[in-house]
Amino acid sequence: MKLRIIRPRVGSKALRRATPLEYFLITLLATFTLLPIVYMVSTAFKPLEEMFLYPPRFFVRHPTVRNFAELLLAIDALSVPFVRYAFNSLFVTVVTVGAGVIVSSMAAYPLAKYPRMPGGKLFFSIVISTLMFAPEVTQIPRYLIVDRLGLIDTYAGLIVPALAGSYGLFLMKQFMEQVPVELIEAAKIDGASELGVFWKVVMPLVRPAWITLIIFAFIGTWNDFFTPLIFTRSEQMKTLPLVMSEIGGGPGVVARWGAVAAASLVVTLPTLILFLLLQRFVMETMSYSGIKA
Amino acid sequence: MSALTRRWQTIRYAWHEYHTLYLFMLPFIVLFLVFVIAPVATAVYLSFTYFNVLEPPRWIGLSNYRLLFVEDDIFLIAVKNTLLFSVITGPLGYAISFTLAWFINRLRFRQGYTLAFYTPSITSSIAMSVIWLYLFANDRYGVLNYLLIEIGLISEPVAWLREQSTILPVIIVISLWMSMGTSFLVFLAGLQDVPHELYEAGMVDGIRSALQEVFYITLPVMRPQLLFGAVMAIVNSFAVFQVAAQVAGLPSPLYAGHTIVAHLYDYGFIRFEMGYAAAIAVVLFIFTFVLGRGAMRLFSEK
Repeated sequence: MKLRIIRPRVGSKALRRATPLEYFLITLLATFTLLPIVYMVSTAFKPLEEMFLYPPRFFVRHPTVRNFAELLLAIDALSVPFVRYAFNSLFVTVVTVGAGVIVSSMAAYPLAKYPRMPGGKLFFSIVISTLMFAPEVTQIPRYLIVDRLGLIDTYAGLIVPALAGSYGLFLMKQFMEQVPVELIEAAKIDGASELGVFWKVVMPLVRPAWITLIIFAFIGTWNDFFTPLIFTRSEQMKTLPLVMSEIGGGPGVVARWGAVAAASLVVTLPTLILFLLLQRFVMETMSYSGIKA
Repeated sequence: MSALTRRWQTIRYAWHEYHTLYLFMLPFIVLFLVFVIAPVATAVYLSFTYFNVLEPPRWIGLSNYRLLFVEDDIFLIAVKNTLLFSVITGPLGYAISFTLAWFINRLRFRQGYTLAFYTPSITSSIAMSVIWLYLFANDRYGVLNYLLIEIGLISEPVAWLREQSTILPVIIVISLWMSMGTSFLVFLAGLQDVPHELYEAGMVDGIRSALQEVFYITLPVMRPQLLFGAVMAIVNSFAVFQVAAQVAGLPSPLYAGHTIVAHLYDYGFIRFEMGYAAAIAVVLFIFTFVLGRGAMRLFSEK
């Protein structure tokens, strides 16, 4: 059963109905924003003749799936079946995201709700500082460490180093700060343990935050090209973005226009589907409105 | 002696009082030390060495930094481009994200609008580069050139990705297009948290326009999310590289699209001069760190 709190809308200027003009402007802007995406989808179905037409055409005229066939053919030429790459990508992404969200949320809770805990402030400012260090350079030292631990070319090597994400901790802490202390205290008086408070009171309240983190971590891990590039050696451990870039002959080189256009669509689709499934939780209204913040 | 005892007592007290909470943080702390702190510390150390990955690093003191600021003209171009890019994209992307989130929050079909603005940031820049090379193609076959010629704004095709004056603007446009990302979602989620009672109280206190409401109620309540968005905007805009490299190439014509991270990548992964690359990273870190601190002060309580 879902509890919904109906709020009076009279009081707020900001929540007053938008005018038709606003709808029109936002719709116009949204359409404009979507044009390159539409173009990507349309190009994936274009036959080769249409790609180099003059004048250039935005929409496909005679849609074909030949590009996808070409993509499959290109992948078939590799020694490992396509399913293996897809499994690698999916497995690594799902485990990284799931474990990562739990690890960062658990660390964020004390930092957000116990500001007097010794060392908390210092630790948080160190985390924020590392956020500002370009990942390109720390990749090499990180590679040396992963190598020393014997994790190169393993799933653990792709997953474990990505779990302690500074972004995740930062995001979760920012949202948890808004959870009223009264709720936590009330739960404790009712006999809840610290773990119980965290899992049953705080986490449900900040659901929009961790759903946002899931979306954001999923996209980051799924699209990550650099980590698998340097942390894997064998063909069996490669992930989709790596394979896709090989099909196109690497970034910048345009060998198979059709296959590359189809590949762009294939790589983008899972992230889009995930977002469609989860976005309503990002927008959901939090339910502690009755308590003064 | 007594100072030491006192310190020991403080630690014992902290552990006694907070040990469950420290255990909560333990997994993160361990992973963070091994995979974040250790690499960052190593990178800082490497910035004072000559290190080509094959031989062990050799200590050379401040040489990398001296070279960087005194002799490396291309680095200075990269700094100029990055600053120009950040000054425009950072604040603009941030403002647009918040404004759109605020508008969408009051509309019907919110999910549809959110999807439209968020989708660009989902796409991988490797996948999208094909599309940009089409749209901004240097000849008549490019969609943008074709349209502008049809309208009559230009008579000859513009080489968008080869001309020194247009490369950076194209990169800025693409980045703004992709900038409705995490911060945008975080703002949307944050807008839901503003307790409705505050709006009602605001009405009683004489708030008259929506703009007043945003400034006196919405923004102060959303401070944690706004700080997150600001830090993200600073870090991301200074880290501009992927898009630039994909559309303008590496190196770009006359270094018109050369950024600090592009320079870093060039030395780290093409020339394998890791010591020098590390020095570039440290400089970049100082830039973002100072600005990030500023943002934190701006958004901190009081």
